[in-house]
This record gives sequence, structure tokens and C-alpha cells, in this order.
Amino acid sequence: MEYFGWLQLIVFVIALAAITKPMGLYLMRVLDAGGKTWFDPVLKPVERLTYRLMGVDSSKEQDWKQYTVAMLLFSLVGCLFTYAILRLQHLLPLNPQAFGPLSAHLAFNTAVSFTTNTNWQSYGGESTLSYFSQMVGLVFHNFVSAAAGIAIAAAVVRGIARHSARTLGNFWVDLVRVTYYLLLPICLVLAVFLVSQGVIQNFKPYTRALTLDWTATQTIAQGPVASQVAIKILGTNGGGFMNANAAHPFENPTPLSNFLQMLSIFSIGSGLTWYLGHMTGNQKHGWAVWITMLLLFLGGILLCWRVEAGGNPIHQQLGVAVAGGNMEGKEVRFGVFNSALFAVVTTDASCGAVNAMHDSFAPLGGFVPLFNMELGEIIFGGVGAGLYGMLVFVVLAVFIAGLMVGRTPEYLGKKIEAYEVKMAMLALLVLSVSILGFAAWAAVSPWGLTGLSNFGPHGLTEILYAYSSGTGNNGSAFAGLNANTLWYNTTLGLAMLIGRFLMIVPIMAMAGSLAQKKVAPLSSGTFPVSGGTFVVLLIGTVLLIGALNFLPVLTLGPVVEHFLMGQGKLF
Amino acid sequence: MTQKSPSLFDWNIAGPAIADAFRKLDPRLTIKNPVMFVTQVGAVLTTAGILIAAGERGFVAQLAIWLWFTVLFANFAEAVAEGRGKAQAESLRKARKDTMARRLCDGREERIAAPELQIGDLVMCETGDIVPADGDVIEGIASVDESAITGESAPVIRESGGDRSAVTGGTRVLSDRIVIRVTMEKGNGFLDRMIALVEGARRQKTPNEIALTILLAALTFIFLLVCVTLRPFGIYSAAVFSLPVLIALLVCLIPTTIGGLLSAIGIAGMDRVLQRNVIAMSGRAVEAAGDVDVLLLDKTGTITLGNRMATEFIPAPHVTAERLADAAQLASLADETPEGRSIVVLAKQRFNLRGREMGPQHGRFIPFSAQTRMSGVDLPGGEGSPSRSIRKGAPDAIYLHIDLLGGTLPEAIRQSVEHISRQGGTPLVVSDGSEVLGAVQLKDVVKGGIHERFAHLRKMGIRTVMITGDNALTAAAIAAEAGVDDYMAQATPEQKLQRIRDEQAAGHLVAMTGDGTNDAPALAQADVGVAMNTGTQAAREAGNMVDLDSNPTKLLDIVEIGKQMLITRGALTTFSVANDVAKYFAIVPAMLMTTFPAIAPLNIMKLATPQSAILSAVIFNALIIIALIPLALRGVQYTPIGALRTLQRNLLIYGGGGIVVPFVGIKIIDLIINVLRLV
Repeated sequence: MEYFGWLQLIVFVIALAAITKPMGLYLMRVLDAGGKTWFDPVLKPVERLTYRLMGVDSSKEQDWKQYTVAMLLFSLVGCLFTYAILRLQHLLPLNPQAFGPLSAHLAFNTAVSFTTNTNWQSYGGESTLSYFSQMVGLVFHNFVSAAAGIAIAAAVVRGIARHSARTLGNFWVDLVRVTYYLLLPICLVLAVFLVSQGVIQNFKPYTRALTLDWTATQTIAQGPVASQVAIKILGTNGGGFMNANAAHPFENPTPLSNFLQMLSIFSIGSGLTWYLGHMTGNQKHGWAVWITMLLLFLGGILLCWRVEAGGNPIHQQLGVAVAGGNMEGKEVRFGVFNSALFAVVTTDASCGAVNAMHDSFAPLGGFVPLFNMELGEIIFGGVGAGLYGMLVFVVLAVFIAGLMVGRTPEYLGKKIEAYEVKMAMLALLVLSVSILGFAAWAAVSPWGLTGLSNFGPHGLTEILYAYSSGTGNNGSAFAGLNANTLWYNTTLGLAMLIGRFLMIVPIMAMAGSLAQKKVAPLSSGTFPVSGGTFVVLLIGTVLLIGALNFLPVLTLGPVVEHFLMGQGKLF
Repeated sequence: MTQKSPSLFDWNIAGPAIADAFRKLDPRLTIKNPVMFVTQVGAVLTTAGILIAAGERGFVAQLAIWLWFTVLFANFAEAVAEGRGKAQAESLRKARKDTMARRLCDGREERIAAPELQIGDLVMCETGDIVPADGDVIEGIASVDESAITGESAPVIRESGGDRSAVTGGTRVLSDRIVIRVTMEKGNGFLDRMIALVEGARRQKTPNEIALTILLAALTFIFLLVCVTLRPFGIYSAAVFSLPVLIALLVCLIPTTIGGLLSAIGIAGMDRVLQRNVIAMSGRAVEAAGDVDVLLLDKTGTITLGNRMATEFIPAPHVTAERLADAAQLASLADETPEGRSIVVLAKQRFNLRGREMGPQHGRFIPFSAQTRMSGVDLPGGEGSPSRSIRKGAPDAIYLHIDLLGGTLPEAIRQSVEHISRQGGTPLVVSDGSEVLGAVQLKDVVKGGIHERFAHLRKMGIRTVMITGDNALTAAAIAAEAGVDDYMAQATPEQKLQRIRDEQAAGHLVAMTGDGTNDAPALAQADVGVAMNTGTQAAREAGNMVDLDSNPTKLLDIVEIGKQMLITRGALTTFSVANDVAKYFAIVPAMLMTTFPAIAPLNIMKLATPQSAILSAVIFNALIIIALIPLALRGVQYTPIGALRTLQRNLLIYGGGGIVVPFVGIKIIDLIINVLRLV
């Protein structure tokens, strides 16, 4: 754990803290239907035109059911649209490599994957998809699935902030405004910046080059990479243009591009906590949630970094260990610290972009990303999804501990009653059922086992990682698992659908119920939702309620593998 | 507090409770509690597992025994809580002996059995009769022994009209004759409902209990999923987990501690309210009491002693205070009103003037009359002293009186009188002949300790509002002295009701006490309405609690009990969930040890063998229920130190303790098991 890593970690945290308020302030304007932004002169007419084309009355707000149904319908249509493109890509333009159509199950998996902001990729981007498929079929979702997540988070925050209200905003307005005013402008700047760092942006056919020793030819993939990388990072999508994702020099060429990509992954999730504080009129609460996330992030990175920096004990015994730690599966350009940091960031958020092979991390190093995903990716989290996931834990923490101050539990003055508890628990239950259920099935079924290239506890971790990533809408893979089979594509597609939509519905129901409640005024008997005690409480709740259910299987996977490695056994 | 709280493990209660614990194994009852139902199903399956277990039959049998104990201990907790209520119900039931009623029919009297009385019937009760049903006195006045329900031996007066007209079935008329209109049918009377409530027969889950049950059921489901999926994961890992071991893990992980004690906490909360001689009509009301943040209190009898008292003598210029006090005392000796007596007492306290015995031969008393608005004494002269004519009364009446006698009013006294009025007091002026001696200040005297009580409430986050019929000036002065946060002067019933609605609209939960019929709408509107038992039937029906001692400050106790009940639930839930950490460290390594000996370092408690580790966790899980029964029945202590500090303290004790205690407990049990060579 060299000093350079510490230095960079400190800079990263300071930068994250610094962008939180500006991002929150901007989110506030974007998520207010009448909010003013610098882009109004250009974008306002486009926004109005969009509403007219879609037939949306932007002044009308929706209750939680209408809002949720709008989001579900929009996602369904988008999913079918992408499925059609992938199935018909050979007939569509911008296909210089003349790729054929995707198989039905791969197209289903991929369409679902991008609709749900997961970007799980059962395919290799540069060897399967045409430029048209990437830019229209996939990038479209990179924008709108991110915007939909932020919209849901905004609706949930409104539910908490409003009182005696029925409506939570208008989904179409939130979707359009987030896409136009937030995602597009930032992505434009980010893409240009990435190009300056060496990320490519072209429509050329792939380059064929002779290798240095003049004996073989090599195909070098080309394409409009920068534009897709910008949104894959900012929108916590994570689906790489290239199979190697952010480890590929065309996607992530320099230390600066690496640093800014990690910061971008957290930026919106971090800003949303400020938005929460502002909307609820309790900025300290927003910061308390932020600090909780930061501490959970720090816990993860410190463990992962320490383990990776510790290297492989077997290599050390043999005297062949490289300096600096476990470098297997890592880019030399990034080294141990930046690989560990990227892995933690991408799984704290539901991004899923990777710059190293998580499969090659030491057992406990790989445990951290897996654990992060199983907590529900609530540490800054996927855009929007992180906040509404964390709010489920906030509601549960307030409910359990709120009793201990001697009042029926109140969250920011609103009573947490049977209905809210039911919905919050339902949201958590969905995650457990999907991850544990599918993974258990895969672990004992021939379809599940055929995809495995490693066995023993490591193979179990690969399976568990796949369904945690799918259900959590992360999209990163532990590799080592060939998931491009009918069975994996289907079950993972289902896991992604469950993890996204079956979680959103109860959370929206909870928000709708909270919006209708009256607010009890503050008094000295009111449960405090800011300050150190609350942060400790929230961390405790996240770890106890969120993680306890995964501990036995985690023990069978990475933990057992760790102890076996100590005895010289590898998988 | 007339009913003593029974000790926690009184054999009269614990004995029947043990039998009840077995009776409650009926699955139709346990299904209402999802956590314990799952435990019971686990116990059944493990018992069946004894037969098919291969080599470890002794181990599985012990697991089964302790799983059954877990269920039985939870049932026992509930049975003890109910038993304590039943003991009280038994004493109430004795009062409900079926009596004969003397029904009046067209002026004639006929004897019918009390259960046959209809609402609206008129019955007569004379000395020695037992009131056959709840009703209102419509004719006559009587003293009634209500000790059967209140435990208070002093009889109370019940009379037609006014605010003391309600009588309760089962009480006994001690003197005189009253006619009662029956307002409740048999079986639905006050006493019947009390018995039902106390026994917990009609107990319904409170809203918070329902929410908590949902949380516990969901956690149970998640852990069920964990254990069910662990089997395929085990198959993959070539580690075979037997059914009894998976059940042991499941029962240890699901929140059995709170699941087993939840209903006991609720029943015990109602019981504690009853021990303070308050009947809560529902658990919901007690729970709501914990949430109350605005308290409406009647001034009279709650905040002040109820009567104006003399607090100061203000003499006129050139008159000594002692002379004024002496004259005022003389004028008040025959005055039996509380004000008059307080003047006598104050003179004695200040100047050591003893109340003199005065017969008619010494002088002539002038009683107070509405016309003269003054009272006093005329003393005959003799033996060197002249005859005196002392008067005390309302200032303008005395001004008129001395004016007629040709006296003048000192300007200083006029100012004093105005000053007293401005301070919220009532001035009396004392004269001797045509000379004004000075003024006496009468004030509402605030009860001792009430200021601290309100400060206490403020710390609990509760705002107090004083309701009074006084004018705003007086009300403000008393409010300031008593330390209430707000007051309502010249309050009418409509205004009280409106005030409650306004507070509720602003998000507050309001409690109020009242006794009169005109309080009934407000009592019904309030979230917690405490009716005084001495009050009218209408008030008792409208409120959701009845205070048998008719002591309005009792509300403070009820609020505390409500809070205790909620804290106890939260504390035990936190404790239960936190316990899982240690249980994981006990059971999971034990389950994997045979397949992966490498994970031995995970066994941080250094438990002897896998079997003893699993058994220790299960035994700990069962015993902790028994260990926490006293806490569940007594409730977690509540001290008003602000929400944050309360949270910190309870989080440390029950969250931190919940993590640490089982590590220690399981280790100790493991040592014992191995010493005894149980596995």
C-alpha cells in the first residue's frame, strides 16, 4: 500500500466531496420542471418539441402508479426496439465488418441488459455488434436507462419531501430533462476530453496491422468509442465498446482519463444525496447519507487494496512474486491501487465498467466487489438506483431504531407504518430471491455448470458474481464464466429484469405512500436522521440487514478460497 | 397505585403459564406469529429427523429438544404476561356476580335478573344494593363504593345531573336512593370490557406491532431462503448439510428473540397501565400515548390546587402588616370557604396568629352574600376596647362600604389592588370601621413540583397547553408560574375541540384529560383521551382511557409506558438482529469444518467441535428468550434525555450488547456442553 495510492485516494475523496454540491445544485434545476439552466436558449425549444411529439402534457403531474407505469411502458418499448435492431443488424447500415444477427437469447439478454442499465455483455462488443447496433440500439439505452433511474430517484425523494400530496412528478418530463440538460451536455464535454486523452472516435473499418516481428497480422478494432465511453461512465452503464472495457487503451488511455472516469461514475450518485438534503429541507441528512456511503466505500477500497497489495502468498513462497502485489489480470498502466479502486468504484455504483479482471483478484480482493453488489449497490450507487436503494435501508434503519427513542418511527416527520415496511422489505427480498435463487440453481444444474471454466469455491464465486451483477444491474463480469448460452442468457436476463423493475415498483409504492403523509413537527423527541449516531446506525443496518443473508454463501465462495490459498491450494 | 405489581415469576402465575405454554403449541395459534411458526415447524422436522439420523442421533435429539424449548419459552413469555392480567381480571370478576335488578315499570317496581336489562330501562338502587348495570343517575344522590373497580375504599358521591352522574355495574350503593337509566347492555358494560381487556382476550395487534410483524416475517423469509439455497450450494461444494443442521442455522438466524417476546411486550404494557389504575380501551391507545407531543391539561386540579389561596398581606400606609393580618383573620374565622380558611392559615404562618375559637357571644358574623359581596365580623366593645366592625370583600364593594361610613380610600391601596389584578391574582380589601387596613392577595396556587414535571415533559418533546376558563391575564400569570408552554384562556368546549383539530392538522398527536360531558367531543377527537372515573358516562365513553384514580397528572405515566413499550420492541429487535453476527461465527464454520478444515481460523470463539458449536448456538438462542422475559414484562427504562441520547444509549446497549453478548454466551454454553460431554 504505497504512499502514491494514499495520495490518490485522498485526492479522489476531496474531488468527490467538491463536486457533490455543484452537481446537487444542478440536479435541483434539472429535476424541477420549471428550473432554469444555461442551456435553456438552445434546449428549451427542443424540450417543448419533444413533449409535443410524444403528446405529453408537461404541466400535469402523475401519482406513483402512473409514474411507474409510464416508466415500465417506456422500458418495454425501448427493450423491444433494441431487440429488433440486434436481430436485424445485418440488414441495417453502419456495419462495415458485416456482422450477422444475434441469436434470439443473446439479443434478449443484451436488450434487457441495456434497458435495465446493467450492460451485462455476453458478447464481445467489437466482434459481434455493428456500429449502428452500438450507437442506436445500445447508446440510446445508456442515456435513457440512466435518465429513468435518476427520474425514479427524484420521484422517491419528492415522495419523502412532499406531504399530504398525491403526485410525485411527471416521468416524461423528468426523463426528457435529465437526458437533455444533464446527460447530453456533460457527455459531450467528457467525450471531447476523452478524445484529447487518446480515446478514438471514428467510423473506420477495423485496421489490419502486421505484428512487430512481421510474422502475423493483427486486427485493431476501431469505432465511435469516446461518445459511448462518456455515457457508459457517467450513466453508470458500464458496457464497454471493446470487450476489454476500460482496460483497453482506446477506452481508457491515461491515468487522468482513468481518474476522471472513476470520478464520473460517482458524480451523479453523490450529487443526488445533496439533492435529497435540499429537497427535504435537511441538508445535514443529505450529508449523513453521503458520509455513510463514503465510509462504506473506504472500507471496501482499503480491504481490496490491502489484499491485492499483499500479493499472492504462493508466488512469494516460490520467490517469483512481482513487486507491489498481485498483478495477475491487471493492466500494468494502472497497477494494483488503480485497479482495486476502479473495481470498488464500479461495484459500489452499478457501473460495471472494469479496468482489470476481477476474476484474477485474490479471493478476498474479489470478495469486495461481490459484496458491494450484494449490498444492493447503494454506495453512491447506480445513477438514481443507488439513492433509492439506500433510502430503503434508511427507512428500515429508522423503523427499527426509531422505536428505541420511544415513538412510533418517523422518517423526517413521517410515520413509518406497516405499508412502508412491507414495501421496503419487498424491495430487499426481491434482491435476495433473485441472487440466491438463480445462483443456487446454477450451482447444481448441468446448464449452470457447463459454463464454468474454474471449479471449486472459485467457480461458485463466478456463478454468484454473475447473478449479483445481473440482479444488481451492475454488468461487470468475473470472467471465467461463459455466459453466452441459452440458459445463462435467459436466467441472467430475468435476474436483470427482476433486479431493476421488481425493486422499483415497491419502492415507488413506498414513495407514493410517504407523499400522502402529514409531517409531524420537529421536537426534542424527534428521531435524528443526521449526525454520527445516524451514520453508525445506517452502516449497521446496511451490513446487518443487507449482508447477513449472503454471508453463508460468501463463506463457501471467496472466504473458503482464501483459506485454501493459505494452504497452497489454488483454483 | 393500589394494585401491586405481582413479582415476575409468581408461582400462581408461572404455574398455569407452563401449562399454557404447551397449550399454545396449537398450530392454529402459532401461525399468527410467523417467526415462531417457522421455529415450530423446524422443531417438528428435527424431531422426525431423529429417526432417520444416522450416527448422530443424540446430537439431533438434543437439537430437537432445544428447538421445542425455544417455542415453549416464547409461549411461556406470552402466558406469563397474560397470567398477570388474568389475576387482576379474577378480582374484577368477583364484582360481577349476577345480581337482581329492581326495574321500574310505569312507576311499579319489579325484580328481574340483571342480564335481562335493556338499554334505557330505569332501575332503582337503595342502600346496600349492587348497581346492576352501567348507567346514568337520573334521580337522587348516593354515596357509592367503587372499590371493586378502583381499589379505592373511600366512597364517592354520585348524583343526577352534573358531571358525576355515571355509575358502574358491580359497584355498591352505600347510602340513599338513586334511580339509574341503564346505558349499557350486560356483557358490554364497563366491567366486562375491563375484564376482557385485562385478560387480553380481545387484544388486537397495534399498528406498530403489525408493522414489526411484517418486518420479522420478511426477515424470516429471507433467512429461510438463505438456508434453503445453502443446500444446493453445499452440494456444489461437496459439503453435505443435513436437515437438522440447516434448521438449527435457520432458527438461530430468524429473529426468534423479538418474535417470541413481541406479544408479551404488548400485553405487559397494557398491564403496567392497569397497575397505575388506568384502563386503556386498546393497546393502540397506549401506543399512541408514546407518540403524544401535545398535552392539553385542565388548569383546575391538574396544574393548580383547585382553589384560590391567600398569599400576601399588603397593608395600607400607617398600618402594620400584623394588624391587617389580625383583622383579616378575625373576619375569616367563620368563613368556611377555602379562600377564607387560607387567610386564617396565612396569618398564622406569617405572624403566628392562632385561629381563635369564637362563639356567638363574642361577636356576630356577617356571611358572604351576592348582594353585598363581602363578609366579616362585628365585635362588641367592652373592657376598654371599642366595638369593631371588620369587613373583607371585593375592592369595589369595600370602597362603597367605607364611603357610606365616611372613610377615604388610600391611593396606595388602589394601586396595590390594580397591581394584584394585573398579576393574575384576586384582591380582597379589608376594612375596620371606616378605615381601610389593606389588601389581601388571593392567588391560584400552582401545585408543588408541577414546574419540574413540565420541564420533564419538555425534555420528552411534549408541549403542554393549559386550558382554563379564567381571563387571559390570569391565565398568562399562572401559565408563566407553572411553566406550561401555552395556554387557552376562557376556553369553551367548541374552542377546545377546534384547538385539538388545529394541532392535529399541524401534525401533532394530542392527549387530553377531561371529566365533564362538555369535554366528551374533545376527548373523542384527541388521539389519547383520558377520562376521569369520577366523570360522566359520556366522558368515559368518549375517551380511550379511564383513570380510576381521577388524577389528571397520570397522563404523564401513561406517556412513559407507551414510550417504554415502543423502546422495548425496538431494543429487542435490534438485539435480535445483532445476535446473528455471533451465531454466524458459531454455526457457519462448524458446518464447513469437515469439508474445508482450512477455515478453522474462522472459528474465532474456538468452540470445541462442530456439533457442540451448533448446539451451543441453539441453546443460547432458546435461553436468551427466558433471560429477556423480565425485560419484556418490565419494559426498558425510559428517561427523558432527548431523542439523540436515548438512541445512543439504547443503540450501545442493545445493538452493541447484541453483538457481544452471544459471543460470550455461546462460548460459555460450549464449555458446559463439553464438560458434561453432551455431544
